[in-house]
Parts: sequence; C-alpha cells; structure tokens
Amino acid sequence: MTYKTVVEDNIDILVCGAGLGGTGAAFEARYWGKDKKIVIAEKANIDRSGAVAQGLYAINCYMGTRFGENNPEDHVRYARIDLMGMVREDLLFDMARHVDSAVHQFEEWGLPLMRNPKTGAYQREGRWQIMIHGESYKPIVAEAAKKSADKVFNRVCVTHLLMDESKENRVAGAVGFNVRTGDYHVFKSKTVVVAAGGASNIFKPRSVGEGAGRVWYAPWSSGSAYGLMIGAGAKMTQMENRIVLARFKDGYGPVGAYFLHLKTYTQNGLGEEYESKWFPALEEMVGKRYLDVEASHRTHRPIPTCLRNHAFINEVNAGRGPIHMVTMEAFQDPHLEEIGWHNFLGMTVGQAVLWAATDVDPKYENPELTTSEPYVMGSHATGCGAWCSGPEDISPPEYYWGYNRMTTVEGLFGAGDAVGGTPHAFSSGSFTEGRLAAKAACKYIDDGKAAGIRVSDDQIKRRKEEIYKPMEHYKIYRNEITGGSVNPNYINPRQGLDRLQKLMDEYCGGVTVNYMTNEKLLNIGLKKLKLLEEDLEKVAAENIHELLRAWELKHRHLTSESVMHHTLFRKETRWPGYYYRGDAMRVDDENWHVLTVSRRDPKTGEYTMEKAPCYHLIDDKPAAAAA
Amino acid sequence: MPTFVYMTRCDGCGQCVDICPSDIMHIDPKVRRAYNIEPNMCWECYSCVKACPHNAIDVRGYADFAPLGHSVRVRRDEEKGVIAWRIIFRNGEKDMNLLAPITTKPWGKYIPQLADQPAPSQEMRGSQLLFNEPKYIRFDDGDLNTLESNGLKMQAGVESY
Repeated sequence: MTYKTVVEDNIDILVCGAGLGGTGAAFEARYWGKDKKIVIAEKANIDRSGAVAQGLYAINCYMGTRFGENNPEDHVRYARIDLMGMVREDLLFDMARHVDSAVHQFEEWGLPLMRNPKTGAYQREGRWQIMIHGESYKPIVAEAAKKSADKVFNRVCVTHLLMDESKENRVAGAVGFNVRTGDYHVFKSKTVVVAAGGASNIFKPRSVGEGAGRVWYAPWSSGSAYGLMIGAGAKMTQMENRIVLARFKDGYGPVGAYFLHLKTYTQNGLGEEYESKWFPALEEMVGKRYLDVEASHRTHRPIPTCLRNHAFINEVNAGRGPIHMVTMEAFQDPHLEEIGWHNFLGMTVGQAVLWAATDVDPKYENPELTTSEPYVMGSHATGCGAWCSGPEDISPPEYYWGYNRMTTVEGLFGAGDAVGGTPHAFSSGSFTEGRLAAKAACKYIDDGKAAGIRVSDDQIKRRKEEIYKPMEHYKIYRNEITGGSVNPNYINPRQGLDRLQKLMDEYCGGVTVNYMTNEKLLNIGLKKLKLLEEDLEKVAAENIHELLRAWELKHRHLTSESVMHHTLFRKETRWPGYYYRGDAMRVDDENWHVLTVSRRDPKTGEYTMEKAPCYHLIDDKPAAAAA
Repeated sequence: MPTFVYMTRCDGCGQCVDICPSDIMHIDPKVRRAYNIEPNMCWECYSCVKACPHNAIDVRGYADFAPLGHSVRVRRDEEKGVIAWRIIFRNGEKDMNLLAPITTKPWGKYIPQLADQPAPSQEMRGSQLLFNEPKYIRFDDGDLNTLESNGLKMQAGVESY
C-alpha cells in the first residue's frame, strides 16, 4: 500500500466528529486551554456535516430562564416522563442549566432566532422549542469551532481510538484515513472528545432502492460515536432505547412545528380521533406511574412519545389506516401555510420535494403519516450512548468519577449522541455537552492525568494494516472472477449493510415485524451478527470511497451488537411503540427501574451486562403547576 | 436519483465534491464533470445544490416514491444573507416563492476569538461555569442553577417519583 502516514503529534484535545457536539467542544476548549493544541477530525466538511448539515427550523432545547419560562429541573421532569423514567437526571440537569447560554451566543453570532412581537421573548413553538431561520446554523457554529481550533482535518474518517500502552484503559488519540487522498492519519492526543453521530440505516428502512437515502436521521450518521467508544472498551448505557418516529410518510418531514405551532392534529382513515381509545389498555400495560389517562387529561402532562407511537401502530394494525395529519384547517391561514413550508425547506427539503412531486397541497389535502424504522441515537426522544461521569456538584457517587462527560475510559469524553441517558438535548444541548466535555478535558490535562502516555509504532502499524485491509482484500480476490459483485471470498459494503439491516429488522424489532422481538429471536440475531462480524473481516473495498463505507459499516455493526445485547438484557417492554419484548410485554419496575450498562471487552469481544441505579431529582411536581 | 448534474452547466469545479456531507458528489474522470455516485446515500440535503456556482445541480425526488415533473430550486446568497426557494408542483397548479434569512450578521465577525479573551481565573476553573457564564444564561445577576439553589436532591430508584 502506497498511502502516506501523516502524524499529528502533541495534541491536547482531539475532537472526533464536528457536528453540533464537536463544534461546541472545539469552541469552548480554547477558553479553558489558551495554549492547548486543539484539533478537529471530521469525515466530511465541517461547514456542512453532522445531523444539522441541511439546517434546522427550530432549537428544540431552550429553557428561557432569562424570560422566566422554565427551570432546568422542569426539563428534567419532562425528559423523564417522555423516556418512561430512564434518564440520567444529573447529566440532563447539567445540560439544561447551561443550554441557554449557548443559544444566546448563537443569536449574537448571527443565527436568526424569531421573536415573539408581543412579549419580546423568543418565538416559542412549544414549551421547549423556539423557532429559528436555521438554514445556516451549521456554517455559523462551524465558524466558531474553526476560530478556536489549531487545525481542522476535513475528510478524515476516524476509524479507531489509540490506547495508551503505559496505563491500562487510557486513551491516547485516534487514527483514520483521508477519504480524498487515502492517506493514513495518526492523531496522538492527551484527550479525545468523541462527538460523532448516532446511527441511521442499521434497521431495514421502509423505503426501497434510491429512497434508502431519505432516512429520518442523516445517512452519514454511521453510529461512529458508538463504534469508536465500544471498540475502545468504554461502557455504554441504554442502547436498547432505540427510537421510532411518527413522521410524514416517505419524506420523513418533521411534525413538531405542525403539532405545536400550527396546531394540526392526527386522525385515522375514517376521520376519527384514535389515540385516546388505546390509552386504557396501555395504562394497564405500563402502569399508572407512566400513563395516567385521567391525570394527563386534567393536567396536560405530556404523553410519552413511544406511547403515542403505540396508539398509531395499533390503529393501523386494526385496519383503520392511514393516519393523517389534519393540515387543511391550519393551512387556510396564509401565514401558517408559509411556516409549514419553511419548516421543511429549513431542515427536510426532501419532504417539500415529495409533496411537489405528488401534488399534495396540505391546504386542500391532509397528508399521510407513518412510523419510521428504528434509529439508534442519543439526543432526540431517546438516550443511547456512553456511560459518562456527571458534574461534581450534582452527581451521586455511582455517576461521578472526576470529570464531567468522561466515559469509563480515561481521557475519553463524549458529547451529543455519544453521551447516554441524556435525551432531548437536540442541537443546542449537544453543543452544550461539547462545551462541558471540553472544559473537563482541559482540567483532566491540567491535573496531570495525561502524563506519560505511550503509543508504540507497533500499535500504529497494526491499525494501518487493519484500516486498509478491505482494499487489500479486494485486490487479492477481484481477479478470481470475471466481473460483477458476486464473489465467494468477499462482500462489498452495500451487501454487508443490506445483511445488517435485514437481520436487525427481523430479530431486533424492526418495522417489518411491527417492532416485535423476544429472547429467542435476539439470541438468533446475536449469532447472525457474529457471523457477519467474521464476514466483515472479508469486506472488500474497490476504492477509498468504498473504504469509507466499509468502516461506516463496521461502526454500524458494533452499534447493532450493543443494541442487541441491551435489548436481550432488559427483560421488559419499557417503551411500547419503540419496541416490544413479546416474552415480557409489561413495564416491570420491580426489576427494571434501572439503567442498563454494558461493556464489550476489546480483546475478546465478550459482552458483560450490569444494572446501574436510576436516580431521580426529588419530587414529581404536578405537571399542572409547570404547564 | 436525488441530486443530478446538468451536463451543459457543470464545469467540473468541484465545489459540490468539497461540501457533500455524504461523500457522494464525485467528478467523472471521462466527462470531467460532477455526478452523484451513490443516490441511495443522498439525503436531498441540498448542500451541493446551494454550493454550486453555476446552478448546475438539481434534485429529482427518490424514484421509489416520488413521481417525475416537480421542481424545488434554491438560491442561497451569503452576501445578502438570504435564501430563496421556488417550489413547483408536478401538475403546475402550485408555484411558490419563499424567502428566508440565513444570518443577521456579517459572516464570522461577531464570533469571539477565545484565544484573545482574558484567561479564566483559578476560581472559575474550579467552578461549573462555562465561557460567558453565568451572565449569558440569564442576563441578570443570578447565578448558575444547582440542586441546592433549586431545592432539589437526588434520590435513588422508583419510589421517589
């Protein structure tokens, strides 16, 4: 192999993945580390990378403490209700108490935040959401990160973390390759902030062919947040807590602004309200603690996202689909109609393309909704991610080991999708988590925790061979066949992805099985994942672009295996509407009011699972008072 | 195939290649113009469409569910700080022009260079504060929220809530 090795040495803070979490980390790190060397590695171009690449029309996590709207604990309660109790309240509180300062800075930097002309406060879409003209959200925060970083390496796909060889379980940097030049990149760093993305495309999508790109979460969200950290032996939490989204059919256009701001609502194919009739049985299934129909009605306590999905799924299965979004009323108001379209253009252009293609004018026709395939991420209504330390002044001993947002691997920090147990962070909360991680990483270095790190040439050489193996493999076996993609000695990355999606779908509760799984299915799924892992040693890449896809696939595979193990471990149906354990169809608080924590041994690939206590911020203030 | 490139407009400048988040806009070595090498990994995010200086890139909805004959075009003007969209339906009955701001300030000028800010004190380093805090959280004299200040304490398990 002729690719050059490019070494970047003496880095203090290496940021892997520069979406909202990574840009927040790089920006803030400069303040606490004036003389520190801050480097960003991003597999695309920082100006348009990550989940916010195409923009956002709302900031979904803003307290409005400045306007007397909410306190951090209100947001914790909200996220706790939505996730059926399973959150890291210390991390959530910490994120919520800082998030407003990030948003206020965004406004100062030029991000157009809408104002309510009457109150002067930001224009609320819902209790936590504010409306923005966010087409350039990403370029704006990228500018901030670039101002702080010493170097930005665009188009470098990080494949592995480097580990210290003088001290067990301590990070020492990362390696990857440039998807343009093919060069091998080595980053030797005292700390690493993994701010890469969650995972789309690990469950078989509803769409076929071309439409596979029109996933809800970005197709470039390859689960690298998890792939990198699991590969380094970091503990993960709540990986079973995948998310299913109710969205506009096929285009997956967001519904938040429609529900909250435009006041549209859903009905079944017969034009009836359908949600509430499923709630009594659901209340029985999950218990009154999580769904109290009477109290919800009285106090406007929000119904958890998963439970609303449950009603949707069951109504469709009862033969009364499709579910429609009733837009015809709201869209008679030209102002609201314009907002409805801007909402898509600002963050999901594909939905506007679809309605234009199918002549769906929501003013005269109520568009169809559907429930999506599952996604694995940690910043929407779901909390997958690494088991991280919380802040000193909040966290109980089980949640605290010295440095905020540090994983169980020393010197390895997380932000955004990478951090587990912190749902509802969204863009602003992810940026905030990046800032928190960066400050803690500076402190870790200043405390002398990164002294004496040693990385051998052997480790660097070994990783290099591993990274380019798919290209070697292709070269060796390609000429055994006349042509085409069928080869007895290898699969290409697309073939591997198709296999992964099919088995995750069928064994781990995807869309074609109505989100249903059980212990037997999961055990079969784990076996098939092992076989796929063996075959991934024989994945072949024809060129550097395919090499990128090969490594994305490997990260998705590691993510999937973790999801499968966690789903098997939690023997209950905690989130009906996200997935169902057919052999344990109830919420079981007696045994499972806990956070699930896993570790994959990097040497053997063996998983160990444990339960961690779930702490709550004291009272459950009646939602009526807060609403 | 989500994005595609018009042969007569593209000059192979590579701006789309440079910006595509999915690494799917590549230059065809034969015709030396850009094209989408992997439509099923395209999000229709329009990053390349916006970046193209010749308006050579357009989007045709996903073949598995979008009929032909529609158009969603865009012009993003960094100088003026606006983005202009035009949506035309397949049946031609709806033709919408929509305009939105993309920034309120000149690019990058109001983003602080943190290296030039006064260094944080030792006390700040030991605190829970981030840059510009607590001022930027509340814009009053209030301090950072803590469990104590908000009358809260952690309790384990299900009984407490």
